[in-house]
Amino acid sequence: MRNLVIEPTSKTPKVILNADLGIFEITGRSIPEDAIGFYRKVLDWLEEYSKSPLGETIFKFQLEYFNTSSSKCLLDIFRKLERMHKNGHKVSIRWHYDSDDEDMAETGQDYQALLDVPFELVPV
Amino acid sequence: MQLNNIIFVYQGEVTADLVSSILQMVENKLEGEGEDRKVKKRVFNVMVECLQNVYHHLDALPPTDPNNPIRDKTALLMIGREEKDYYIITGNHVQNDRIPDLKSRLDRINRASKEELKQLYQEVLTGTGFSEKGTAGLGMIDIARKSGQRLGYDFHPVSDKYSFFSLEARVSRIPEK
Repeated sequence: MRNLVIEPTSKTPKVILNADLGIFEITGRSIPEDAIGFYRKVLDWLEEYSKSPLGETIFKFQLEYFNTSSSKCLLDIFRKLERMHKNGHKVSIRWHYDSDDEDMAETGQDYQALLDVPFELVPV
Repeated sequence: MQLNNIIFVYQGEVTADLVSSILQMVENKLEGEGEDRKVKKRVFNVMVECLQNVYHHLDALPPTDPNNPIRDKTALLMIGREEKDYYIITGNHVQNDRIPDLKSRLDRINRASKEELKQLYQEVLTGTGFSEKGTAGLGMIDIARKSGQRLGYDFHPVSDKYSFFSLEARVSRIPEK
């Protein structure tokens, strides 16, 4: 399937979804006014990908900032990954955060508690 | 409030571009003054939510009636620094019939403990909390969590239809621990 790469802006993160190389990443800051508009492409891509995923999918998130409208979209992405996991695919989420950023660690823990999919907190 | 504590103040219409410019300007300012990284991040986070709250609210208002003496799409944005806290103040017009709901939500947030705020955040995030179209509900809870202090607010009546709603969020300059 076609890869999805979105270059970062001052309000949106870098997105790399590459099924050929097995790279799934969202990094940077995510503070757009219209988060739903931004993440629609990501969700559509994941929907398509989830029909025939790789043997293992490791999705990396490394966000410096995100706003609350992005937080709902992130949950939608996690739910899609959770569904793949429940369907028997090997899926894990890696939540990277700045090791002295307690807020981002806590947000990761919040998501972890809401989800039934391997969700690893990775301080960097 | 001393005038020299103000980092930024704006009154006028709020566009997405304006929000971007303010965020960038204040971020550079915080960066330049060597503020503690954790504090800087919190201030930035709270600022994003406060400004976008106002932006979304004004954006959702119907077009201004030219006969309306109240410039209802005009907002006030102010960011400043005191000895102990950064403060972020926003002000905008709200229709009077929205006040009871807003007030009860703010009071609920202000009464909540840290743990209760976390729970409330998760409830709203997953859609099981108090019903709220859009994201405004989550925004206020997030502001309160990052602020760690009570949100100050006021509704000042302007006409039989409108009040001026001001919201003040504070972020401590003294890092925890």
